[in-house]
Amino acid sequence: MDRLRLATVWLGGCSGCHMSFLDTDEFLLEQADVAEVVYSPLVDAKEYPEGVDVVLVEGAVCNVEHLAMIQRVRERTRLVVAFGDCAVTGNVTALRNPLGGALPVLERAYLRASDPPGAIPEASDTVPELLDRVVPVHAIVPVDAFLPGCPPSGPTIRAALERMIAGEPVDLPGHRIHFGGYGQPPSPDGAEAMPSRAFRGGRPRGD
Amino acid sequence: MGRRIVIDPVTRIEGHAKISIFLNDDHSVADARFHVAEFRGFERFCEGRPLWEMPGLTARICGICPVSHLMASAKAGDAILAVKIPPAAETLRRLMNLGQIVQSHALSFFHLSGPDLLLGFDADPAGRNVFGLARANREAALRGIRLRQFGQEIIERLGGRKIHPSWCVPGGVRAALTVEGRDRIKARLPEAEEAARYALGLMKGLLDRFADEASCFGNFPTLYCGLVAPDGSWEHYDGRLRLSDAQGNILVDSPGADVYREFIAEVIQPDSYLKSPYYRPLGIPGGMYRVGPIARLNLCDRMGTPLADAELTEYRQRGGRIVSSSFWYHYARLIEILASIERIGRLIDDPDLRSDRLRAEAGINATEGVGVSEAPRGTLFHHYQVDRDGLIRSVNLIIATGQNNLAMNATVLQIARRYITGPTIPEGVLNRLEAGIRAFDPCLSCSTHALGQMPMVVRLVGPDGDVLHEERRD
Ligand code: SF4
Repeated sequence: MDRLRLATVWLGGCSGCHMSFLDTDEFLLEQADVAEVVYSPLVDAKEYPEGVDVVLVEGAVCNVEHLAMIQRVRERTRLVVAFGDCAVTGNVTALRNPLGGALPVLERAYLRASDPPGAIPEASDTVPELLDRVVPVHAIVPVDAFLPGCPPSGPTIRAALERMIAGEPVDLPGHRIHFGGYGQPPSPDGAEAMPSRAFRGGRPRGD
Repeated sequence: MGRRIVIDPVTRIEGHAKISIFLNDDHSVADARFHVAEFRGFERFCEGRPLWEMPGLTARICGICPVSHLMASAKAGDAILAVKIPPAAETLRRLMNLGQIVQSHALSFFHLSGPDLLLGFDADPAGRNVFGLARANREAALRGIRLRQFGQEIIERLGGRKIHPSWCVPGGVRAALTVEGRDRIKARLPEAEEAARYALGLMKGLLDRFADEASCFGNFPTLYCGLVAPDGSWEHYDGRLRLSDAQGNILVDSPGADVYREFIAEVIQPDSYLKSPYYRPLGIPGGMYRVGPIARLNLCDRMGTPLADAELTEYRQRGGRIVSSSFWYHYARLIEILASIERIGRLIDDPDLRSDRLRAEAGINATEGVGVSEAPRGTLFHHYQVDRDGLIRSVNLIIATGQNNLAMNATVLQIARRYITGPTIPEGVLNRLEAGIRAFDPCLSCSTHALGQMPMVVRLVGPDGDVLHEERRD
């Protein structure tokens, strides 16, 4: 059987979701026989490849480069997973939305909070232009599965990946599905037997 | 006319960045620039939020060093409450910060830079990553993963979760360490110490092999800034704020962080979202300073624990009293891991860790506060102004990575000048440019707290501005 072609993409987020992916620890190495990471901030591929089976997308869409990237990702990937609250809802990254577009935020950061005041960076081929509204991934492209959490915990990510690698729908137990980071219940193993439909994934392979 | 080469994105770093190299007609390097392409706008959207929310909110600046933001934010909060936190709370905060130094430095050495150092800068890019490292040297990869996990577990045992624990609060911390947590951390200490010593063994072997890289990966005099304990030993949580010149002469030595505005100024470059702080009295370029592991080791007299002190002595025998090559960040980082593990070993039996006096309760007693701590990448400042109800009126953040921005720019230029010799540029040379950035372990989520992300482009641009060659990573 071919290895699952896995990618991870980082849009407007804090990298916490990627760090939580690394918190799957030894599983990272164990899964190397069945899944291959073909694109990620962790590897040196510069171009998002064709024929990706599963992508975990961290972060919200907040600038023009993210916009182009997420469209390319959608075209080249079978199963797009909105990975973490920023991707699912916009979360912290979207806190700038009520402030009236990108300009006031840029002005605050570069004109007022800077000492001495400077100018807003705008060499457009190097610093991407900000969108006026930060939006979650599904506002731009169809998303196949949502993995909430800020960030989703290592065991939750592992549980989701194991199902995807096995080609099964990603039904996760209720205690694995929550926004934010609070009230993470101790995970009684018995709870794994009660799958929740709140998080539905498609079949990444074999169809 | 010359040309411009762009590396986009720079891979195996934390965030979105690009590198441009500008070439003259004769293919010599005219200039090189490091661009950060992220921005999220924390300074603005924190305005109006309650002080109490700030540690949890600013932790979301960065998933790699959320604990650093918890520390600096809670300390700014302590100043606004005008309290001295209970001794147990300080001990607990120190323990969590040490756990974070271990996890973050392990990530930098094994997961991100390890593939360059252990497989070689010219290794096949397809396998030049932590998974390839695991195939080539399973022991190294596994030890690195477990060492990082050890640091993450300390954070989780204290804060209830590994990433973004809402545990530090203005006035103290929320919870003590359980007996079970203490026993678990204690049981893992020997393995962690062995892993740190193993990594140091590897690193020393690499210094000769990569002598050429060490000579040009950001090898130049700069100023250095960081915290130092009152007795002159290595410090990560509190202490005196020091800034020295390139020879180690002290220029600033302040018991408090409130003075930072007097000597740190920032410049904004049009081609990067990352601001560049510098030492105000000397301007640019003379005021360029570096923070983080080599700065902390240059500034302190000793590490303060036996194994790490022996390592520091050897480090200085090899590199001199003041180390100026950024390649040595890797080496310094490993000594800091060892020092942190030794200090965790010393703290772990402290009865304070199980105290129930964890929090000084107070209202808003000052309208302004500055919190400073050492993040893994260097000195981190949170500066808040609040109204009488504790709602935030203004926020200024000076992030570790930003303070290395001028040096990172100088580093890519130095590497480009050393290795680019003709019209075609081998992949291994582009990777060295990126590796020069990786040595700083930049955290761009953090540094562009203002906005937020780091993909990388390296472009080769001709003198007429034409892009002749472009490598991208988004
Ligand atoms: S969901 Fe939370 S952890 Fe993930 S990128 Fe957003 S802020 Fe960071």
